[in-house]
Amino acid sequence: MLYMNNNHDGFIIEMLGITKDFPGIRANDGITLRLRRGEIHALLGENGAGKSTLMGALFGLYKPDEGVILKNGKPVTISSPNAANALGIGMAHQHFKLVHNFTALENIVMGVETTRMGLLRTDQARRQVMALSERYGLKIDPDARIEDCAVGTQQRVEILKMLYRQNEILIFDEPTAALTPRETGELARVMKELAAEGKSILFITHKLGEIKQTARRCTVLRKGRSVGTLLVADTSIETLSEMMVGRRVDLNIQKSPARPTASPLISVERLTVRSKQRQKPLLNDVSFEVRGGEIVCVAGVDGNGQRELAYALAGLIPADSGRIFLCGKDVTRMTARSRNTLGLSHIPEDRQRYGLVLDYTLEENLALKSYFRHPFQRRGFLSFTAMRGHAERLTRDFDIRAAQGPVTRARNLSGGNQQKAIIAREMSELPNALIAVQPTRGLDVGAIEYIHKRLLAERDAGKAILLVTLDLDEALIMSDRIYVIYEGSLTACFEGGKATARELGLYMAGSGNVG
Amino acid sequence: MDKRGRLSKFGAGLTSAASSAIAILVGLAVGFIILLATNPGQAVRGLGVIVSGGFNGGMKGLGQVLYYATPLILTGLSVGFCFKTGLFNIGSSGQLIVGAFAGIWVGANAAPWIPAPLLWLAALLAATLAGAAWGAIPGLFKSLLNVHEVIACIMCNYIGMYGVNFLIKNSNVYDPLKNQTIDMTRAAIPKAGLDRIFFSLKGRFLDASSVNGGIFIALALAIATSVVLDRTVFGYELKACGLNRFASRYAGINEKRGIFLSLAIAGGLSGAAGGLMYLAPAGGLRINVIETLAAQGFNGIPVALLGLSNPIGIIFSALFVAYIEQGGYYLQRLEYMPEIINIIIAVIIYFSAFALLMRQAVGAARSRLARRSGKRARGREAGRA
Repeated sequence: MLYMNNNHDGFIIEMLGITKDFPGIRANDGITLRLRRGEIHALLGENGAGKSTLMGALFGLYKPDEGVILKNGKPVTISSPNAANALGIGMAHQHFKLVHNFTALENIVMGVETTRMGLLRTDQARRQVMALSERYGLKIDPDARIEDCAVGTQQRVEILKMLYRQNEILIFDEPTAALTPRETGELARVMKELAAEGKSILFITHKLGEIKQTARRCTVLRKGRSVGTLLVADTSIETLSEMMVGRRVDLNIQKSPARPTASPLISVERLTVRSKQRQKPLLNDVSFEVRGGEIVCVAGVDGNGQRELAYALAGLIPADSGRIFLCGKDVTRMTARSRNTLGLSHIPEDRQRYGLVLDYTLEENLALKSYFRHPFQRRGFLSFTAMRGHAERLTRDFDIRAAQGPVTRARNLSGGNQQKAIIAREMSELPNALIAVQPTRGLDVGAIEYIHKRLLAERDAGKAILLVTLDLDEALIMSDRIYVIYEGSLTACFEGGKATARELGLYMAGSGNVG
Repeated sequence: MDKRGRLSKFGAGLTSAASSAIAILVGLAVGFIILLATNPGQAVRGLGVIVSGGFNGGMKGLGQVLYYATPLILTGLSVGFCFKTGLFNIGSSGQLIVGAFAGIWVGANAAPWIPAPLLWLAALLAATLAGAAWGAIPGLFKSLLNVHEVIACIMCNYIGMYGVNFLIKNSNVYDPLKNQTIDMTRAAIPKAGLDRIFFSLKGRFLDASSVNGGIFIALALAIATSVVLDRTVFGYELKACGLNRFASRYAGINEKRGIFLSLAIAGGLSGAAGGLMYLAPAGGLRINVIETLAAQGFNGIPVALLGLSNPIGIIFSALFVAYIEQGGYYLQRLEYMPEIINIIIAVIIYFSAFALLMRQAVGAARSRLARRSGKRARGREAGRA
């Protein structure tokens, strides 16, 4: 075999000729990836290009059908995540693998708990975890339950989990998808620090700018094959995106001036939402409106009340006080179903928990909001023919890649394709108003370009769009008006085009001129 | 459905059937070990008797298998239906006995108002409705007060059992000599000609089995349940609630209503099981006034597990459990104590319920095979090129 004669110096992990088949699809096709000790190596590719599968093979989640993995030049078999851990390989997952009703600390020490006489001892572990948290600036509340933590915090817990296990090879699966620009910068700093200490990092991402900032080398995957590995410093962003998508991508979006309608379609008056446990309101006296034909953005650091705002608007959590109007009707006390029928669509933040029934097929999921209407329902019976037609149309229009077509289980779709399925469903409902929470989270540049164009087209067709995003660039290019949300209140409002990233960032951090 | 969809559905069905079959084999193997341990000399013959199940008794034995399978199909459906909607209905036993009493009472007392040929139907309807009402109680507690359905169901089992014992003793359906309910001659479910097929000859006498038209009703209800779950909007909603209640809330599905209706329907199925069991002519089962929960209710759980909660699968798993129980009945001919026989039968059923576990293994093996044959095909193509 070829690789036997190669020089293994400096490579801590080598994945050689990895091939992995899933029913109906070859996810990895003879991919070779070699990770140097102490480097940050980016893995770039479109949704469904095989990045997660390749990393799954390294982390022991999948057994490759062909190919060898070498660590320090010696072949290893990684049969399970535990085996990977024993080899010093850790992974921060894209969809966090955390126990929801455990605290942050419990999640971090789980599996490697210190015990004395069979009883759990957490004080020493707590000191270690907090020291790590301090040292790398990964702020967490060790006693907060994961289900109460914002996505950004959960991410930090995942990273601390790897560090606590003293892993030397760290896999970051799309770590920045849920982070704010500042948090992203922090993470880049943390990753560089770790690399300087001799840890080797594999960094999966769609975001080309981050690769430029952090990585030394980059391997590009396209449709399950490796397109090449290159030195990041010698490569332009345009080249990277072309290698990834296989065509030129227009990163700058053309936007016509907004022509908003006179009356608002979404109108919120003094909305307040309190949490059950804490005194402090999660959403405090929030008022704003969105007219038809405009995109209004709520920007903010994760965990400042965006989630509650979206859920209260969609009717998933009750409002403690204040009123919500949809198309002129007071919907404050209405159910989620009646709001949907009034023409409200909602792309939720948590796509696996709220957006999809993972064990339903793609076609069943694409009808999740409309199964009870003609033509999907006839005299109480489901029309699978209608559902199939609907699904085939949407998979084509939105380029949802599913191995077995409409009958693929949603669980077996890649993260990006799950997101596309939700967006396809919500847009196909022909909404009057659309709440889009991080609609491009985890999507590749090609898909982001497409989603942005669709959102703008909806805007120009007179729909009201409320965009909740953590991505400052997205907020700046898409919005006609930007509100900054900080600790449950709207603290600033910018008309489109008048805001700068710096200003927004200041308000998001709570240090702008309040008022 | 296109070819690909049908193929993958067929494949999934095959995996399910194979996994249930393997689970049964494992159950029999463990049962054999107990046979060996308790009475080694008779173990091989004993296993033969168990495996021959209903065949031991000739056509009558087979008829008995059908008779005992009838309530099991329905309690299996009752439990399986709730599994599909994310609930655990452990209250089938109470729903069954409450339904049974309602059926017997109507059968004994409604004669003046209802024409005789329809009396059994009215009694069966009463049984179903009473079971549904009894199932609706935990349903209400769960949907309104968020009380876990397992707790409420267990409570309702005991309340139902003691309540029915009390009511029987204080009503005109009590036969104090036998400490059981009276014979249901007028409201018995029609034999539907089955007694002419399933009988044995004892000298010059016909020894007919207790099987009756109830088996057809059970089969029809299984098919109806399957249609409701897989073909209707209602089933789509219930399954969505069971699989992901957050997403179903997001989709605007009324989850509380789903929980309530799901347990009420499950109760109705169990109540119908009670009706079909006890609305039998002379020679059939009667409610004994004893302080024991009805076993058929609990046996619905392994039946549902072995059938992987699929209504059609449940028909077969109920037939299997009834068949094995008949085998146990005939095992008394050999020198096995009744307690040991009960243990053996329980172990076989218990292990058979591991079907879900087997399904994963069979699924993995199938995809490995598919991959290997795929590789071979690619190799052949490469060779040709």
